[in-house]
Amino acid sequence: MKDLYSDTVVKHFRHPHNIGEIRDADGEGTAGNPVCGDIMRLYIKVKNNKITNIKFKTMGCAAAIATSSMITDLAKGKTLAEALGINRESVASALGGLPPIKMHCSNLAADALHMAVYDYLKKSGSDPKLLKEAERLVKALKKQHFH
Amino acid sequence: MRIYLDHAATTPVDPLVLKAMQPYFSKDFGNASSIHSFGREAKEALEQSREKIAKAIGATAEEIIFTSGGSESDNLALIGIAFKNQVRGNHIITSSIEHPAVLSTCEYLAREGFQVSYAPVDKEGIVKVEGIEKVLDGQTTVISVMHANNEIGTIQPIEEIAEIVKEKEVYFHSDAVQTLGKIPVDVNKFGVDLLSLSAHKIYGPKGVGALYVRKGTRIQPIIFGGGHEKGLRSGTENVAGIVGFAKAVELANERLEEEANKQRKLRDKLIRGILEINDSWLNGHATKRLPNNVNVGFKYIEGEGLVLYLDEKGISASTGSACSSHKLEPSHVLTAIGCKPEDAHGSLRLTLGRSNTEKDVDYVLEALPGIVKKLRKMSPLIK
Repeated sequence: MKDLYSDTVVKHFRHPHNIGEIRDADGEGTAGNPVCGDIMRLYIKVKNNKITNIKFKTMGCAAAIATSSMITDLAKGKTLAEALGINRESVASALGGLPPIKMHCSNLAADALHMAVYDYLKKSGSDPKLLKEAERLVKALKKQHFH
Repeated sequence: MRIYLDHAATTPVDPLVLKAMQPYFSKDFGNASSIHSFGREAKEALEQSREKIAKAIGATAEEIIFTSGGSESDNLALIGIAFKNQVRGNHIITSSIEHPAVLSTCEYLAREGFQVSYAPVDKEGIVKVEGIEKVLDGQTTVISVMHANNEIGTIQPIEEIAEIVKEKEVYFHSDAVQTLGKIPVDVNKFGVDLLSLSAHKIYGPKGVGALYVRKGTRIQPIIFGGGHEKGLRSGTENVAGIVGFAKAVELANERLEEEANKQRKLRDKLIRGILEINDSWLNGHATKRLPNNVNVGFKYIEGEGLVLYLDEKGISASTGSACSSHKLEPSHVLTAIGCKPEDAHGSLRLTLGRSNTEKDVDYVLEALPGIVKKLRKMSPLIK
């Protein structure tokens, strides 16, 4: 398996962090499509503009599971603005790289996070400026890969 | 502990096969085309092997063309027939569940201007004979339907298909790569004109195969050179590999019934045990099925995770098929039998072989439910 994926991917696939749902989540984001074989859903709790808790549920390959786990680690404790700054490159590089054919998994993870943040900002109305930024990201990706 | 359950992908070389091959690498290394003693010895080994393989499938030696394997045999059969007979017609019929070696070749021929029709299959993966009859016309030169499917193990009604072209000037090709040595293969009983065979699926070496070409068949080569194999496949013959192939065929046929009975029992035990897991199902036909093939689907999860978690427990299995496991699209076979794409992603193929025992089956049945549960716990498709 190590010749297939980096050690970090293997580690996160074997023992994913932050699996589950948050029933009273402040924001929720879903990316991907079961028809394509991968779908990710992220749940966030927000306090004072920071992500205090984050959980995921993913159906997908080992890379999809590992990127989900990694992005929850990356986003936990971050401000919402920082979370919007996490992109596919940052997830992939934190994982020590992904095989080219699996790069779309890191897209999915970043997208699900951005959607969860957008969902929170839209519902809470707490930061109109950041909402605009989130909206821009979410709209761009909707065109991109809902294949 | 490692349990190999991917025999449809490839098999280990049998020690007796390896032993038979050994002299032909360094000691008896001659080129079968040379007229000196080294060459003559190589030629003799080559022709004896041809005899053995021909006999095993009810053919005559002159009807066996050695190739580099199943893919090349499929390419030679389809391209060689299509081009050679294009003055008579330009229509090819195949099925929607063929191996990529056939489907990609048909796509190539379509780009070259040939018409290709794809006969559908029923929900258990059996090719609809009437679907072939419906599209068969005066332009049809060749029909290609596999003997058994590599992913779901369904055994096809080869004889029935042969029957509809019997009186017609249409060649019938079948890919028997998954069936040779596992269930009886007889070219005359089947009524085929061309049959693709491979060594490495039956405990022979990789890189060797054959195409049976019925006497009188109009076909042209796809590889040109020194005119080996009656001009149909140039290139110095892989004597060691071919000797190994012949030995593998011989051993497989000797053990055919015993192995088929043993593996069928293990297969059915595996299937029964796996189907006790909630929201799981069998892909393919319950009985018209290769003795060694298990292909099951699990709702809400994806196959790669399943295979890799099994791998951690020492179990080597496969999603859909080894060839398609690097693609992101769901298996064309599973979608052809009506599996929804989201369900097709959650498929697992276990293919038994000579080394497997009931203990292996018990171990899999013990490990699998926990893995499915773990993946489902992560799945957003379950509330």
